Amino acid sequence: MAMSSATAINPSGAKPKPFFAPGRVLIYTLLIVTSIYYLIPLYVMIITSLKDLDQIREGNIFIPTMQPSFDAWVKAWSQACTGLNCTGLAPGFWNSVFITIPSVIVSIAVASISGYSLANWPFKLAEWCFTILLVGSFIPYQVFLYPLVIITREMGIYSTLYAVIFVHTVFGLPILTLLFRNYFASLPEELFKAARVDGAGYWRIFFRILVPMSLPIFTVAVILQVTGIWNDFLFGVIYAGPTNYPMTVQLNNIVNSLQGVKEYNVEMAATILTGLVPLTIYFLSGKYFVRGIAAGAVKG
Amino acid sequence: MTNSISIKDLTLNFGAVSVLKNLNLGVAEGEFVVLLGPSGCGKSTLLNCLAGLLDISEGEVWIKNKNVTWAEPSERGIGMVFQSYALYPQMTVRGNLTFGLKIAKMPAAEIEKRVARAAEILQIGPLLDRKPGALSGGQRQRVAIGRALVRDVDVFLFDEPLSNLDAKLRSELRVEIKRLHERLKNTMVYVTHDQIEALTLADRIAVMRGGIIQQLAAPQEIYNRPANLFVAGFIGSPSMNFLHGATVDGGRAFQFGATKVDLAGYDGGAILDRGKAILGLRPEHLLIQTNAEPGHTIAASVEIDEPMGADSLVWLEAEGGTKMSVRVPVERRMARGTNVHLKVDVSKASIFDTGTEQRV
Repeated sequence: MAMSSATAINPSGAKPKPFFAPGRVLIYTLLIVTSIYYLIPLYVMIITSLKDLDQIREGNIFIPTMQPSFDAWVKAWSQACTGLNCTGLAPGFWNSVFITIPSVIVSIAVASISGYSLANWPFKLAEWCFTILLVGSFIPYQVFLYPLVIITREMGIYSTLYAVIFVHTVFGLPILTLLFRNYFASLPEELFKAARVDGAGYWRIFFRILVPMSLPIFTVAVILQVTGIWNDFLFGVIYAGPTNYPMTVQLNNIVNSLQGVKEYNVEMAATILTGLVPLTIYFLSGKYFVRGIAAGAVKG
Repeated sequence: MTNSISIKDLTLNFGAVSVLKNLNLGVAEGEFVVLLGPSGCGKSTLLNCLAGLLDISEGEVWIKNKNVTWAEPSERGIGMVFQSYALYPQMTVRGNLTFGLKIAKMPAAEIEKRVARAAEILQIGPLLDRKPGALSGGQRQRVAIGRALVRDVDVFLFDEPLSNLDAKLRSELRVEIKRLHERLKNTMVYVTHDQIEALTLADRIAVMRGGIIQQLAAPQEIYNRPANLFVAGFIGSPSMNFLHGATVDGGRAFQFGATKVDLAGYDGGAILDRGKAILGLRPEHLLIQTNAEPGHTIAASVEIDEPMGADSLVWLEAEGGTKMSVRVPVERRMARGTNVHLKVDVSKASIFDTGTEQRV
């Protein structure tokens, strides 16, 4: 009964388009072609890293090997040579971990609290601070390289991992503070007022009310910082000192070492290994990342 | 009578802009005062000063005989309800209600008792373990009221609490707030731009404009004897009819074009002869009739009528193109172009001096 009465009503509005409508075909073709374009290098890297040198010399870079082996990966991780050191990427990996974790935590902690102060507790010089931060986030890094060498030397941490951590933390602050300030400013002001009427103070409002609402922006900050710091090369070369090079510098040294045979498979494996950390972060947090970027963009 | 709230010479400046100027306001114990005015008149700002959320530039704020001018919001003995509800989204309703009490380190048994009482009064018992996101607008505002209620304070502050609700819910909650006030007998200060809310809820209304209280009086007083042109025009829908003319014959009559209206029985001060004056007449204080009564009627022709269910509004044009509206029973339909005469009830009229805009 219900069916017959329903069919008697003529549908209104545009008919849904068939799946293979011209517009859709075009879009998908474009997306697929673009994806292939970007995935081919990755594909070549993976299959090359699984070949041995004889197979690589055959020259068919697009054809996968029938006898895949992970020897090149093992070598890249623990045996590849840079000059006289044949320790592979492993020490660099751990250096990068020791640099990234504290830099990310400290810079986000300081920036989120500064952003919160700027957005919610207006003080006399808040406008000035805001302007300085804006300027600070646009000055090219290179300007500060030499002054920071002197500063870290005077602090007695030059040529150690702490110098790199310090530099990354400082350089992360302006842009992260702006990010957090804008996010907190976009949250309803009345929420903050309600918490004050409830008797919550500076820290309690921050930790109990605002932080739980700010997961997306913290995710964005973590991703920005982890990828930025992990991929950094310049600060690592300058401030870490030869025994503390991060993974990116180590990778560069392996790929550019000029002695002996060029081991393409090892270099490919080393490159993939280095890129693996940011890649994992992106995969794990993609959803929050998009949400956070959108949320942070709402208000200036 | 002791004042529950006293605001003395309060001034608030934002930079060079003065938002509130030398404002004085006393609210009696258990009184319901509504701050009413158009957007930007300073009413919400005044409430925020009262709550301690804005630091004032000059003056004093007293609540319950305590000078709280520089006290933290939580120390003032106030509860506040916001327009956007301002519920903490990550906490359950119970968490929202108890957040402030836990900060005040109240014993768990007392917290439990207060939550139970608020839940009973506001009928939010079944919602206690839900998060605000799972509640409707009306329920959220109830919880927001509950958050003020559990604080067990003397003064409630409402900042446009019903503005985010749809018309039907708004009138329901309006009645509930009134019921709440009768039950709790707290002092309440309520900010709104909705004159119906103001007229229905208030013991006294403070009509504000430009950071200054224009008139502070009971709703009927404000409605019938508005202190100035602004209050007269702001209160009442449709607004009061204004006839621009002059008072003549030593204040015994109002001259409007060729028409003269006898002012005997006017409820106000000495009218005197004023070269320029305005006669204000509310749409319901005019009577449409067919015969002219010289000295008591104004000639007009019907433009349009608007039946509104309970009654009907007739829009007319009087001498000199002055637009007027008259409220009539809904059965009475008027044809366009009909020439009629409007009988004036002088005892309910208002005369304003055009220069000072004050009521005579």
